[in-house]
Amino acid sequence: MSRPPQPPEAPLDWAPGLPRDSGVAGATSGGLDARGGVIEGARVAPEGIDTSHTVILYLEGVTVSFDGFKALNDLSLALDDGELRCVIGPNGAGKTTMMDVITGKTRPDSGKVFLGQTIDLTKHDEPSIATMGIGRKFQKPTVFEKHTVWENLELALKNDKRWWQSINSKLKSWQQDRIASVLSTIGLAGETRRLAGLLSHGQKQRLEIGMLLAQDPRVLLLDEPVAGMTDEETAELAGLLATLRGKHTIMVVEHDMDFIADISEKVTVLHEGHVLAEGTLDEVKANETVVEVYLGR
Amino acid sequence: MNATTLPLPVATAALGTADDRVRLFSRLGWTAIGIAVVLIAVVVPLMALVAPDGSALHLSSYALTLVGKILCYAICAVALDLVWGYCGILSLGHGLFFALGGYAIGMYLMRAIGHDGVYKSDLPDFMVFLDWKAYPWYWAFTDHFWYCALLVVLVPGVLAFVFGYFAFRSRIKGVYLSIITQALTYAAMLLFFRNDTGFGGNNGFTDFKRILGFDIYAQGTRVALFVLSGLTLVGVLILCRYLVTSKLGRVVTAIRDAESRVMFCGYDPKAFKLFVWTLSAVICGIAGALYVPQVGIINPSEMAPQNSIEMVIWVATGGRGTLFGPVIGAFVVNLAKSVFTMIAPEYWLFFLGAIFVGVTLFLPQGIVGLFRRRRGGGAA
Ligand SMILES: Nc1ncnc2c1ncn2[C@@H]1O[C@H](COP(=O)(O)OP(=O)(O)O)[C@@H](O)[C@H]1O
Ligand SMILES: [Mg+2]
Repeated sequence: MSRPPQPPEAPLDWAPGLPRDSGVAGATSGGLDARGGVIEGARVAPEGIDTSHTVILYLEGVTVSFDGFKALNDLSLALDDGELRCVIGPNGAGKTTMMDVITGKTRPDSGKVFLGQTIDLTKHDEPSIATMGIGRKFQKPTVFEKHTVWENLELALKNDKRWWQSINSKLKSWQQDRIASVLSTIGLAGETRRLAGLLSHGQKQRLEIGMLLAQDPRVLLLDEPVAGMTDEETAELAGLLATLRGKHTIMVVEHDMDFIADISEKVTVLHEGHVLAEGTLDEVKANETVVEVYLGR
Repeated sequence: MNATTLPLPVATAALGTADDRVRLFSRLGWTAIGIAVVLIAVVVPLMALVAPDGSALHLSSYALTLVGKILCYAICAVALDLVWGYCGILSLGHGLFFALGGYAIGMYLMRAIGHDGVYKSDLPDFMVFLDWKAYPWYWAFTDHFWYCALLVVLVPGVLAFVFGYFAFRSRIKGVYLSIITQALTYAAMLLFFRNDTGFGGNNGFTDFKRILGFDIYAQGTRVALFVLSGLTLVGVLILCRYLVTSKLGRVVTAIRDAESRVMFCGYDPKAFKLFVWTLSAVICGIAGALYVPQVGIINPSEMAPQNSIEMVIWVATGGRGTLFGPVIGAFVVNLAKSVFTMIAPEYWLFFLGAIFVGVTLFLPQGIVGLFRRRRGGGAA
């Protein structure tokens, strides 16, 4: 899937109050990445996400408790820019809660959550985090059921999302093209005028992923995206993720081991709100504790 | 252009034109609006002013005021539909905004009585009765019509904005929000019942004499107020329809259906809700300001919870989320009410309850839904 040409007058999705030059220091200095290697011409995203140290998403010591129960317990995790990361773990391990923390839905009791080097996500709310470039697919497919497929994508589309801008909003032709291209990517080009509520479960899953694509986020969080999909649809989604690899940083929470084997680079195993193991799927599968608490059951 | 009317081949449907697919009104809609404007601005004035008294075509001042009053109610119904039908905010306190608009214009009407009150004083009778010697500070400038007209918009608008700001920021939703709006109008009613609040206590404002120099009971004045109410209703309908067919409207309905998804798409639902909420309150205030000179009285009972609940019933009866339906609902319910209050006033509340239960059970989409179903499932 190709990115559409972005004309210079395309509106920048800026959360008010966010310093536009937040990444400048990293841009000029170059820098050392997490493994100590020098990064050539350190990359700073145009949106202001400073990924000069390769890391785009960074959690350290995050703890979330619900009435004393620690859903996340001193969780630390880092995603490199452009990486595709799978997160596995038994039910209740805290995977969804982790996504809630990253997207601003849940405030951590303690710990750091950073987008790039400079943006402290715990200081922002859901809409501004989404605008900064983190898109999220829910565990239960959530689309706008009373809107048509086309309207769902229109609403998700990367655009100026402030309320007064939406009163007189008309899509430019490159934006219409973008919607058309997303529609064909998710295989719903024939359903543009159908109400999203009338789609099948698998189609809703794909529409929700299409909404994320239209939003064009830097980081994509997918919570159990193949749940309820047929084998065929699962394979299609694996193919789609393969084409997105490198263009977006992707975190997939999944139970389906075959799907993970299909797509995975690096796997993180979560257990009781904590990272139990990290590595390739084979490494993780060989880890005894992992086998004990998760795979072996 | 008319992309809606035909089931287009899939290939074309997928391309560009989808954006201008939602039109402001269909041709039928524009025709209905045109007819309504002619009725309101030409036919009714002719019937009320030119047709001789006693002729079958003559519109009595009773009928004129009754319909004018319902037009004001219909404006409220449309405003309530904007927040309830489209944004999912069930307000049980819109009567407050209506009453505040009415009180704002009522202050001017009280000042316009001049020395023609019972006590022939500078002050309104109720202030003389309380032995007040001067107007309280918040009555300043209320002898100017335009200042009061500004208050009609500002008072409900600012109150709704402040209330909405805190409610939406705290993410209060659903039934909790409904209960708070109900409590708000109830609290305001108790406040306005007090004599020392300075708004005439439980008698409110009445015995108006003139508006902008015209005798308030003259047939010509009544016709003017009627025409103004009717045209305001048409304007409000067009404005609301414009909003709900815009992208803003699509975001607002999306908030109603899946608020968290809207947030993760990057929209701030607070701002959208606050806009439609405040606009809706302002529209209700304007309706109240048109209502009071026609009925000749405003008192705290307009803030009673029952009034706000009746508004909800108009919307539900006509068809929620249709804008036009609530207008029909306001007319049907209120015409029934005026028939009932002549025959068996004590049973009106039972009947109203029965309407509500009946509509909820048998007509979930209201009267408008009935026609849509007949025509085979409504819009594609
Ligand atoms: N809002 C909440 N209130 C109370 N407990 C919660 C809440 N959200 C999650 N939990 C608990 O936190 C734990 C982790 O949940 P979750 O993140 O949904 O797990 P996963 O997605 O890995 O299955 C579960 O035990 C769950 O019951
Ligand atoms: Mg989960």
